[in-house]
Amino acid sequence: MTTRPVLDIDSVVKRFGTLTAVDGVTLSIRENEFFALLGPSGCGKTTLLRMLAGFETPNGGRIMLDGADVSRVPPNRRPVNLMFQSYALFPHMSVRANIAYGLEMERKSATEIRSRVDEMLSTTQLAALADRKPDQLSGGQKQRVALARALVKRPRVLLLDEPLGALDKKLRGEMQIELKRLQHEVGITFIVVTHDQEEALVMADRMAVLKDGRLLQCDTPHEVYEHPADAFVAGFIGVMNFCAGSTVGAGIKAGDGSTIAGDLPDGLTAGSAALAAVRPERIALFPSPGVVNRTTGTVEALAYHGLDMQLHLRTPLAEKAFLVRVTADTADRRPLKVGDAVEIGWAASDTRIFRN
Amino acid sequence: MADRSRAARQAGTTVLVLVFAFLYVPIAVLVALSFNEGGLPTVWSGFSVKWYVSLASNRDILSAALNTLIVAVASTVISTLLGTLLAIGVEIRRRRGGALEALVFAPMIIPDIVLAVALLSFFSMLDLTMGLHTIVLAHVVFNLAFVCAVVRARLKSFDWSITEASADLGASAFTTFRRVTLPVILPAVVAGALLALTLSVDEFIIAFFTAGAGRSSTTLPMQIYSMIRFGITPEINALATIVMAVSVIALAISQRLNRGMVGR
Repeated sequence: MTTRPVLDIDSVVKRFGTLTAVDGVTLSIRENEFFALLGPSGCGKTTLLRMLAGFETPNGGRIMLDGADVSRVPPNRRPVNLMFQSYALFPHMSVRANIAYGLEMERKSATEIRSRVDEMLSTTQLAALADRKPDQLSGGQKQRVALARALVKRPRVLLLDEPLGALDKKLRGEMQIELKRLQHEVGITFIVVTHDQEEALVMADRMAVLKDGRLLQCDTPHEVYEHPADAFVAGFIGVMNFCAGSTVGAGIKAGDGSTIAGDLPDGLTAGSAALAAVRPERIALFPSPGVVNRTTGTVEALAYHGLDMQLHLRTPLAEKAFLVRVTADTADRRPLKVGDAVEIGWAASDTRIFRN
Repeated sequence: MADRSRAARQAGTTVLVLVFAFLYVPIAVLVALSFNEGGLPTVWSGFSVKWYVSLASNRDILSAALNTLIVAVASTVISTLLGTLLAIGVEIRRRRGGALEALVFAPMIIPDIVLAVALLSFFSMLDLTMGLHTIVLAHVVFNLAFVCAVVRARLKSFDWSITEASADLGASAFTTFRRVTLPVILPAVVAGALLALTLSVDEFIIAFFTAGAGRSSTTLPMQIYSMIRFGITPEINALATIVMAVSVIALAISQRLNRGMVGR
């Protein structure tokens, strides 16, 4: 993968009245990258996307596309296309006419339009539906038409606003893989806005986590998951068990007086308020003697998920029950029931410590 | 129990029949008498279309009909054009939090006679020579509000993201209007135009006030009014029947278009 940036977002600010929707975000998006903008609703991700498409103008900062400032270029003059969350298909046009529309705006010849639309219809498996109107299509089909309509223009960057939001869960899973395949096939930079962290983890090459208009972290899904920048990111991406306390030499002292070993982040001195965190899948039941962080909990609830079992454990470490994932294997070997006392533990290297 | 509910139902049906009779018997009588052979307006003496034939040779009526056509078509075209643009403008403003709605619909609610007097004073103040053109202007005033109302109703359920999609795909604002916005709201625009046409064809008070003197700007309703002062003739019945038929057809098409839109 080349690393040349296609899009440089430089200290971009967007205010609506007294509300600052996007607050000084700086990001660099690379050629052919599948990039995800992730955050809870109201974090500014959609506003940022609309600025990239040209529907909003930043109040500060710059948006550079291939080195040229496009901050004030209107949407119809940007080599960037947006796939709308509602799909925004033209209801009075057939699937074919919807897809051809963008090429007609470029005043391409009729033969070129025809061949490119045909090609796109087959890439997105829509050929059989070419003459249908949008209201004769299912949700998944509409989604593919919206995608085809944007892709056929071969934009430098394709923006996708919650592309899978309107689909049911099973179809969403299939479309995540399908979108990745398509992105690979057409070789276009994709920027996806989503509030679904799982979607971002599955699809993105890199992801940016936003909250209250600010960028919290931008990295690969693996890095974001394993080394979250702060407690919010840790809790937002995947599931995390937290335990409040104050820092000591090599970890934190929890409320019950026990010590949780782990590396302190830079700049966090001993004696300050902190949160220790550990992922459910890093916690072992009946840990071997070498494991340093250990405690005993009472089983409060059991949730069977087929592939694994989730235990809710009441421990002296935290007010909230600890979530522990046990493989079906382990669960079979050591059957547990509500009320059982279990010893758990995890390695110091699996502890993450955050400022609190 | 069953008897009582049947009796109640019969009573209900009777009331319904009476109400509809009250509404439609006079019109039915008018239509029937327009085909009356004899000259007496209220005595049936055989079927004939001779009054329709005699209408066709009545120069006053023909010129009034032509005037009405001119006024109706001109005011419909102008008010449809402006009313549609107004509806879009008002809706965009409303989405941005601006309030303009009540102001737009005022001409629909203001009594015709008030509007008529106001327009007459206004035209005199401007020293405008009255004639067909002032009737057209006056009709545009209220038709604009009606067209705007019909188009606004459609725009309430309009998905504005398709206009953004059009811009995103490279279309200018004008192209977006021509290829996306207008085709989608077209049924409402046509419905509004037909409503405007209907309203203009049978409008009397405002036309009467703003027509000025002389036969050259007499419209059909004014013609009927001046004829009726000498008594109701079968000719008037025939004329009224034609006017009504035109209005009913235009209104039916308009409603059909509106219903089609809601159905989608």
